[in-house]
Amino acid sequence: MAGPALIPAGDFRTSYAADTTIFPTKTSRNFAIAGVLLLCLAPQFFGGYWLSILIQIGIFSIAALGLNILVGFTGQISIGHAAFFLLGAFTSAYISNNAPIPVFFAIPLAGVITALVGLIFGIPAARLKGLYLVIATLAAQYILLDFFSRAEWFSGGSVPASAEPFSIFGYTLRGDKQYFYVVLAYVLLSYILVTNLMRTRDGRALVAIRDHYLSAEIMGINLTKYRTLSFGLAAFFAGIAGALYAHYQLVVSQEGFGIERSILFLAMIIIGGTGSIMGTLMGTAFVVLLPESMEWLSLHLKGGAIDQALSLNTNITFLREIAIGLIIIAFLMFEPDGLAHRWRQIKAYWKLYPFSH
Amino acid sequence: MNTALLIQLLVNGLVVGTLYGVVAMSFVLIYKATQVVNFAQGELLLVGAWVCWALLAKYQVPFWIGMPMTLVFMFVFGIAIQVLILRPMIGEPIISVIMVTIGLSTVFQAALKWMFGVNPQPFPRVFESQSVNLFGLQIQTVYLMSLVVSVAMMIGMAWFFRASKYGLAMRATAFNQQVAQSLGISVKSVFAMAWAISATVSAVAGVVVAVVNGVSSGLAGYGIKVFPAAILGGLDSVGGAVLGGIIIGLLENIAQYVDSQYLHWGNLYEIAPFYVLIIVLMIKPYGLFGTHDIERI
Repeated sequence: MAGPALIPAGDFRTSYAADTTIFPTKTSRNFAIAGVLLLCLAPQFFGGYWLSILIQIGIFSIAALGLNILVGFTGQISIGHAAFFLLGAFTSAYISNNAPIPVFFAIPLAGVITALVGLIFGIPAARLKGLYLVIATLAAQYILLDFFSRAEWFSGGSVPASAEPFSIFGYTLRGDKQYFYVVLAYVLLSYILVTNLMRTRDGRALVAIRDHYLSAEIMGINLTKYRTLSFGLAAFFAGIAGALYAHYQLVVSQEGFGIERSILFLAMIIIGGTGSIMGTLMGTAFVVLLPESMEWLSLHLKGGAIDQALSLNTNITFLREIAIGLIIIAFLMFEPDGLAHRWRQIKAYWKLYPFSH
Repeated sequence: MNTALLIQLLVNGLVVGTLYGVVAMSFVLIYKATQVVNFAQGELLLVGAWVCWALLAKYQVPFWIGMPMTLVFMFVFGIAIQVLILRPMIGEPIISVIMVTIGLSTVFQAALKWMFGVNPQPFPRVFESQSVNLFGLQIQTVYLMSLVVSVAMMIGMAWFFRASKYGLAMRATAFNQQVAQSLGISVKSVFAMAWAISATVSAVAGVVVAVVNGVSSGLAGYGIKVFPAAILGGLDSVGGAVLGGIIIGLLENIAQYVDSQYLHWGNLYEIAPFYVLIIVLMIKPYGLFGTHDIERI
């Protein structure tokens, strides 16, 4: 939520094109391109472990981006995002197993189907104010998970469903190194898509609804349409991410996709910054890296006094959950605009150094 | 048609339903007084049950001392949550407040698992477990006890709101905060009191469930069942919450009956309330007794 207060003094814009530009300066654009190029080289330098973490960050950041459209830009909450993620995973696995459609096309198709199912749950709630969508998505989470455990033809019931590796026109990608590029492509595509969405009339309509729904309606914005649309978009990105996850893991099981995972998705965007597209990426990286770093820390503290006091090894899962919960609360209380805001402030500090106040 | 089973399940539903009603009532209490949708309601049950369990089983405190100690603890605990976590959030958008309570529920869940372990623990015997023969039905005494405690809490709550000075202050605050403040009511203390009462009442419900089924993190599921109950009854109606809870409890057990006798789908018991929730949101979003001025768009 970059308010006018964050635009530095002397930054005048004289045309609408300049006002909606993605990169305010040439340097920032060059940095972004350089970053993407560096990421393209990542499989050459990183081993299997770090590569798998990068892939996870990529996949989850797409889902988190979808949630950020809903929470950050439209001001609604969903706590059923994990169920939609899982729906996308199962759908894509089902399509590619049972229909003569290559995985390349199954992934977007799964996104579309997830979006349609999302709309079914979104329609009653999108017509109502405030917290009703939260409660409807809570029901969606339980109903969908119940459906997955029931529908053996679709999801294999209690047995995990298998998914085929990513293939296009008879050529199959194998291993993390090749799959990394698929995920990278999807991440780039979705981030560019959403950035551009926010520059259009539709994107501004969503933000207007978030900021003041009554004024938005008076200005001629159809609230029901845009709320439903944003819910559908959120489900769409969750579905795409889920499908990518399915063809990455090659099996889909509903283990670990309960309501805790939905809360984790919320944590990603709260930590990153609600309503910030780059923040979503930062928040996802934070949430994915947090358990890894805690594991690393507990490994290093092994045998020490802290280890004995907390018996870290046996309790690491609980400590991780506590940390996630506390971080959500702390960010909401002390830094509601998330890491994205902090990042802007750090940049501003160095730009104005040594006269930063 | 298996009448005996049906009646048994209906009695079951009534007992569980009144408990849902009590929890929904304390959920609505917080919502009405402070406009906070509390996603950590189930965890309040859990905290209460574990604290009481720890006092009784670990420290061997007799029940008649342990229970009041639990209640006092929960009273303070409720105030602490409100003052430390939710007071700074006043004036923030409603979604931030909801997310704070979601964060709280994560913290409580994990912290309790950390402190007390993941295994369910049997509750120390408080009452002699027998069955009473009531109108030809075998009913366990713990069930009767639970029913009596729930109804007593509901009556107590009704009295509190109708007759006591604090209850009146709370109703005034729920009606209009500014007007209440100008009449000399301390909105701050009303907010804290709402959380304290809600936490205490939830803890009693938690202990009751624990006496019947033992303590486990599954107790927090009651906090999720609150949503169907409260939405059905109307989100801002205390009486509606009670009725909604009873209906959801009965409905679960009827679903169980239909499932076991005819459908054989399995697990319908767990999921039926959420279908009801979606249907209610579609056709009557303000519930049975809720205020009708929810803005439809």
